[in-house]
Amino acid sequence: MKKIDVKLISGRSIAQGIHIEDKMSSKYCDIVAVCELNEKDMSKLGIRDDANVMIKSKVGQVVVRARTNNRNPPGIAFVPMGPWANAIIDSSTGGCGTPQFKGIEVEVTLTFDSISPIKELVGFT
Amino acid sequence: MIITDVLCPFCGDLCDDIIVEVEGNKIIEVKEACETGMSKMMGHERIAAPMIRENGKLVKTTYETAITKAAEILTNSLRPLMYGWGSTTCEADKKGIELAEELGAIVDNTTSVCHAPSILALQDVGLPSCTLGQIKNRADLIIYWGSNQAEAHPRHMSKYTSFTKGFFTKEGRKGKYVMVFDIRKTTTAEVANEFVQILPGEDYRVLSALRAILAGAGDVVPFSVGGVPKGKLIEIVDRMKNSKFGVLFFGMGLTHSRGKPYNVANAISLVRDLNAHTKFAVIPMRGHYNVLGFNQVCTWSTGFAFAVDFARGQPWYNPGETSTVDVLNRGECDSALIVASDPAAHFPRKSVEHLARIPLIQIDPYASLTTELADVVLPAAIAGIEVEGTAYRMDGVPLRLRKLIEPVHLSDEEILSRILSKVREIRGD
Repeated sequence: MKKIDVKLISGRSIAQGIHIEDKMSSKYCDIVAVCELNEKDMSKLGIRDDANVMIKSKVGQVVVRARTNNRNPPGIAFVPMGPWANAIIDSSTGGCGTPQFKGIEVEVTLTFDSISPIKELVGFT
Repeated sequence: MIITDVLCPFCGDLCDDIIVEVEGNKIIEVKEACETGMSKMMGHERIAAPMIRENGKLVKTTYETAITKAAEILTNSLRPLMYGWGSTTCEADKKGIELAEELGAIVDNTTSVCHAPSILALQDVGLPSCTLGQIKNRADLIIYWGSNQAEAHPRHMSKYTSFTKGFFTKEGRKGKYVMVFDIRKTTTAEVANEFVQILPGEDYRVLSALRAILAGAGDVVPFSVGGVPKGKLIEIVDRMKNSKFGVLFFGMGLTHSRGKPYNVANAISLVRDLNAHTKFAVIPMRGHYNVLGFNQVCTWSTGFAFAVDFARGQPWYNPGETSTVDVLNRGECDSALIVASDPAAHFPRKSVEHLARIPLIQIDPYASLTTELADVVLPAAIAGIEVEGTAYRMDGVPLRLRKLIEPVHLSDEEILSRILSKVREIRGD
């Protein structure tokens, strides 16, 4: 299976903000369980929009939907802030209280697994 | 009934020009707000009633029963944690800090996972800042660094910066130069005059190079820093020096990436250095509408802005030790009270795992992932819609939130007040 090594950035998106108080909805999952990649990285993986990808970091892995976003340069994966991004973010804070939510080294691969269910991500299934 | 000059209780911009139409105790129309603010003000599904978890399931109960249960959990804990406070009033914050002191708890707010590095930096180098009103009326150079406010604060540019006209900025957009420094071409970058693309994790170096050039030590700067050519860096410094009034807004791009507090201290230091040449100010782009309010209340009541531990009987502040994610990572707290926040969705998974293990009390208008972990759920009225109170805009200006409709639930302040009374009753105080 083709894979790419990229840096993960998590952050706000306007759609994520609209649904922030409605997290149990399927719409929230559609908006936040997403990995935005440059078209060159999508080509390297041999995938099109809405293919599922597995993102692996040193602390975990998560399955989300891939989308093309050329605002990202090649080598950057943007995942909106939320439970999916947080499944692969290291909780250590380096003594300042805040984890490093941006610039995390991850590996992205095509997968045929389903998108990680939100309840599974926070451990209450 | 039409209500004008309403404050929007969503983001740190605290827009104060919203028009709301109310009919039969329901908001039927919201004008002037952005999509996110409108979504919040128009309302959506709420927690219907207080709940207590019994045999693994949340069961409806009365406020009295749920508040008693919450007080029992907190009183019986050795190391309670009280976290959240991003989206409630300063009056509720004040009551929460009083409860934390009574319990000997750790009290911390959402700053802990957003602008904690900024607080650490400003404790180190200060914060040469100003109000958004001054920026609207005076700024001709506007810089957004690691901040995609077109998505996080959608009206920021139209209300305070790029697309507004002020007393000394009568030309509006034409008379302003807008720069965006970011690692990706955000929607904010698309409407800027100039986008400066930085390599991930290289903000500190780029800021240092700008400061070196500004200090006349450009000869030590290499041909390219963080992906930005030296010639471009020199051009940027000239533009900064030649502006009449510049402002640098920064966001999570600095606080969440490699270097965290050091990035912010370097950005503030650049602004401080620029004041030898022209007027320049810096403002952190605060997220939730009253996240700064908690920092203010916590500072005047304890001496510290966040992450305060009352276990010693007096305030103790040591981010990295007393900050929520670290407390959870160490598995240290044995109960948690979460107010107006959803850490289950926004903390790294390892931190959430401990939250799932301990008795958890939630006070919030809306069901969230934290509700799924909670043992006691106390639905609250929505501050700024159903309850009035004070909130601090991102520039430190306190504004009065308005009550638009009658609440069906108790306010955060009232719930916290009742928990405090019950705790004192249990302890026989």
